[in-house]
Amino acid sequence: MNSNIVLAVLVSAIAFGTPLVLAGLGELLAERSGVLNLGVEGMMLMGAVSAFCVSQKMHGSTAVVLLLAVLAALVAGAAMALIHAFLSITIRVNQIVSGLAITIFAGIIGLSSYLGQVWNIGGLAGRHQFNGIDLFGLQNLPIVGPLIFNQDAFVYASWVLVLVVFYYLYRTRPGLYLRAVGENPSAADAMGINVTAYRYSAHTRRRSARRARGCLLHPRPRPHLDRRPHRRGRLDRHRSGHLRVLAPRPARARGLPVRHLLRPRTDTPDSPDHRAPLGVLFGAAVPDDGHRAGSSVDKLGQPSRRDADIARHPLHA
Amino acid sequence: MSGHDPIGTYQQIYAASFTADGALTATFIYATPLLFTGLGVAIAFRMHVWNIGGEGQLYMGAVGASATGIMLGDWPRPLLIIAMVVGGALAGMVWACIPALLRAYLRTNEILTSLMLNYVAGFFMYYLIFDSSSYWRDLTTPGATVFPTGKTLVANASWPGITIGSFTLPMGFLLGIGLAVGLLVLIRSTRYGFEMRVMGDSPQAANYSGINTKRKIVSVMAISGGIAGIAGSSQIGDFGHVLDPRGLQQAQYGYTGIVVAALALYNPLAVVLVSLLIGGLTNAGFALEGPSFPTGLVGTMEGIILFTVLGGEILARYRIGLRHRATAPAGVGATSGAGLPS
Repeated sequence: MNSNIVLAVLVSAIAFGTPLVLAGLGELLAERSGVLNLGVEGMMLMGAVSAFCVSQKMHGSTAVVLLLAVLAALVAGAAMALIHAFLSITIRVNQIVSGLAITIFAGIIGLSSYLGQVWNIGGLAGRHQFNGIDLFGLQNLPIVGPLIFNQDAFVYASWVLVLVVFYYLYRTRPGLYLRAVGENPSAADAMGINVTAYRYSAHTRRRSARRARGCLLHPRPRPHLDRRPHRRGRLDRHRSGHLRVLAPRPARARGLPVRHLLRPRTDTPDSPDHRAPLGVLFGAAVPDDGHRAGSSVDKLGQPSRRDADIARHPLHA
Repeated sequence: MSGHDPIGTYQQIYAASFTADGALTATFIYATPLLFTGLGVAIAFRMHVWNIGGEGQLYMGAVGASATGIMLGDWPRPLLIIAMVVGGALAGMVWACIPALLRAYLRTNEILTSLMLNYVAGFFMYYLIFDSSSYWRDLTTPGATVFPTGKTLVANASWPGITIGSFTLPMGFLLGIGLAVGLLVLIRSTRYGFEMRVMGDSPQAANYSGINTKRKIVSVMAISGGIAGIAGSSQIGDFGHVLDPRGLQQAQYGYTGIVVAALALYNPLAVVLVSLLIGGLTNAGFALEGPSFPTGLVGTMEGIILFTVLGGEILARYRIGLRHRATAPAGVGATSGAGLPS
């Protein structure tokens, strides 16, 4: 019963959905504060590169190295986020454009690919991997066993993070301020909340979640670099590294442990992280109640115009 | 910083983009789709209609153009080419109307809808060739039974190019230049363009003066989508002659078009120049790729150019002034003297 193909698909759905969860959480935080981020792909790739480099070059026990790798990913992501935040919040450039600029800068033909070559980590299998954790020893329960109790640490961390973000946004004062900043920046500013500071911090925190997502994809077993001849040049390793997450081959029911059924195909055509913008969608669509005037979605992509807004307020007329 | 000689690298890039054998042709090959998508985005963004569905509209345009090319393959060549352009434009227009109508009448965020429809279009295109025995798929030639490919268009359907020496100017690029001029005229000299500009600058003013904002939004998105659709049909007509989902999806012309439009500050004529610049950079990146020139430098450079241009906007909008402390004026003694009660 536990090696059923439907179950295998569900388990892999949870595992592959985790990056989406992380990205969505990150996007949620930032968009709640009013910054639209389309630089997801670039940031995730940077996180992936840094995490992979750390996991390849560092020597130590698996747990320590993986922790360092995650930290490296967080830092890389936050760095990219700072650039985007600076452009969007301080210089108030069109956020769509700045997001895409980050994607190009840090993306497939950009910094992450360059760093990948400089650090010489292309095409090798990951040395340390996130393996499934047998939680509470319950992994052999029918159906829910492998589904819930045999995922790896990242999946569980993402679940915990969902609860943490929920609590932060809806039950704490800083979270309330964050939402206020997003929904009505001028009112928040009138109340004395430092709009800029909140946006910056939300932005960087969100990037960190994204990074974590990027780094999740890497410390797993990766197939050899797929060198498909193509008029555009060789695919770089990120592309094939991400190809692997797309479609597990349907497994024959043979009683193998569910984990081993998840062997990826290497011939899927999609470009890396097509699902990245899905994170944008989840993060942005969730708070979308666009019919209410001044909701966060309406304000997406617009800078906070403090002085102009306050001057136009009826009380100041 | 990467240990390569910067001047030499720039020289290499310039040579690979513009002066080496066949480089100019390759640059125009990359620049033509960017020109169209850049124009589409420029006209939309200028009106504050955030159409980032250029990628999907390009795919649908390619689908439409290849369908037209296959179906009407025995038409005379000029008519066939016109039909392909129209077919691609219509397909892109229809695809853009979905987020447009949603935005105009249901007030949804067109950023999200158009972005997501990119993926729908991509998968649809993939489905046509790889997952089905559709009209687009080639089922007869021996190679096609091994690996799914689309039907190759007849030779009649390939768009002519102007050859000057060793350099071929694709018809698509000329069409794009004409389109840029046309758009400029539309924006600056027609009533329609005027109303669009009013709507972009202030939707409330547009509403008060009786401009039908909803229809304008839909029409702007439709134009933008139609132009992106022509990008797709130029890919089929100028370069590929076959519907190639993987190639189109990897090229990411739609998203790069947004970058082109932003660098050109949404001016149609500037888009022509910027598309050449970005096309040249991309071409150089791929041409020079090798042990001494990592591919990553291209994207990094493009990104840095974009950052600096974007950052420069703040200089255009605000004045940076130096505030210096005024030294105490010589009249201090006099005023204090005057202030003393006599």
